[in-house]
Amino acid sequence: MDTLLKLISALGLALTVVPAFLVFAGAIDWTTHATLMVVGMIVWFVSAPFWMGEEPPALPFWKRRRPA
Amino acid sequence: MPQTVAERLDAINEFDREPVPEAKLQGPGNFAGLYAGEHVAGTEFVIGPLFVAHGVAAANLFLGLLVGNLLAVLSWAFICAPIATKTRLNLYWKLRKIAGPYLLVAYNLVNALMFCFLAGSMISVAATAVGIPFDMPMPQLSDLYPTSAAWVVTVLLVGSVVTMFAILGFEKIAAFSKVASPWMLLVFVACGVAVLPQLGVEQPGDFWGVANEVIWTGIPVEGRVHFTFWHVVFFSWFANAAMHLGMADMTILRYARKWQYGFFSAFGMYLGHFIAWVASGILVALALQQGGEVAPGPIAFLGAGLAGLVAVVVAGWTTANPTIYRAGLAMQTVTPGWKRWKVTAAVGVITTIAALFPALMMRLLDFVALYGLLLVPMGAVIVADFWLLPRLGLRENYAESRRLRVSLPATVAWLGALAFAWMLNVLFSLQIFFLGLPAWFFALLVYTGLSLFQQCTATTPVSVSSPSTA
Repeated sequence: MDTLLKLISALGLALTVVPAFLVFAGAIDWTTHATLMVVGMIVWFVSAPFWMGEEPPALPFWKRRRPA
Repeated sequence: MPQTVAERLDAINEFDREPVPEAKLQGPGNFAGLYAGEHVAGTEFVIGPLFVAHGVAAANLFLGLLVGNLLAVLSWAFICAPIATKTRLNLYWKLRKIAGPYLLVAYNLVNALMFCFLAGSMISVAATAVGIPFDMPMPQLSDLYPTSAAWVVTVLLVGSVVTMFAILGFEKIAAFSKVASPWMLLVFVACGVAVLPQLGVEQPGDFWGVANEVIWTGIPVEGRVHFTFWHVVFFSWFANAAMHLGMADMTILRYARKWQYGFFSAFGMYLGHFIAWVASGILVALALQQGGEVAPGPIAFLGAGLAGLVAVVVAGWTTANPTIYRAGLAMQTVTPGWKRWKVTAAVGVITTIAALFPALMMRLLDFVALYGLLLVPMGAVIVADFWLLPRLGLRENYAESRRLRVSLPATVAWLGALAFAWMLNVLFSLQIFFLGLPAWFFALLVYTGLSLFQQCTATTPVSVSSPSTA
């Protein structure tokens, strides 16, 4: 399941950055690029939290306060 | 029982009093990720454009960023990381042993105030994106004061939301920030690449010519100091001086298995402080060419449309939140009996008021330089105490061993270094970007000299032994 989620997230990142290079190459127009970036953003933020959500181990002190 | 201000500060940091145990040490991947994430932030949307406004020439920018970021990485690796991995203590407890609890309170409050202003600039950045759908008049490069009622309302709205989230769920924001980081970096890259054809770059070979003639032309905007190669070197080196030469990243690097992990700061420097600054510079050049707005929101929209606007809001929001939280922690020492939410709310109010002034955002380079300058002398005090004093046969952590509330050598070194920097500025017109390095060396020498005098003239024996690694 994690692998599938990571693949979907990678697709989201690809949709974020690849269209810009296609605009540069003249393959797509700016509007299509902007639309694809929105799709990529949604795909990334919907999929990534599921596998990136765990607590990072080396948190600085201000993020690791003892519960009050 | 009433507590002193120093005891309250200790209580807040109690959890981190002990050195990090062997079992909690972390591998290299964590540090690469942490640095890459931390240095792709909302400020990057402002700093790149300000380089353009200061008239940096293309070659000076690229070479200056290569050298300056390298010096920053070396500062992390050779100055901060070795002490962090040998002591395994965070900045707070190490400084307390050296400078005494009361000087630490003063240092903490200065730090908190700087955090408020830094978070304020992030709220300003986010407001420039939020205001676009409402046709809000954007602040210009030369604006210092609030420019319109719409600006005031938008900043108050963004500041309220950011503060509310900081009160309600800081941990969730931290997790969200981690998720957003890789995406934000790619938004920067995409923005820069997508607008290149509009600047006249039809193929990769055109880039350098356009960079020189259109983007980094070497001609500053009216009223701005002309930036040379050395400005870029010193700015990029000292942009995070509080973290490396100022030793604040002892807090993070004390978890590193080896001191060499300090080199992983290169991920933050060359992704955030190179690629992102170059990309946002490209965006503002297009905005200037089109006669459009130069604020972060509008330039991000030029490059990436709606996704660009979201990136600006996310970048500003995720940076402002932990900063408000950290400022709140420091402020807690002077607000005894206040609930945590009240302190955070108070900090949020100060931060939001600061954000109303576009000067904070449009003069961010000067503010970042000031932030580093104020805090680096204390880093020099730690370096001198750890490396130089034992070689001179002197005792390190002297304030702790003599139970001193304030270390005189540390106080004079800190305030003296700031006075010395001010003199350099007044007498020799040395700009603020260049003051951090002499101030650091000044503090190093003064602290060492005064420690020598203090310990050689001490009449009573040291009462408590102080192992060097604790």
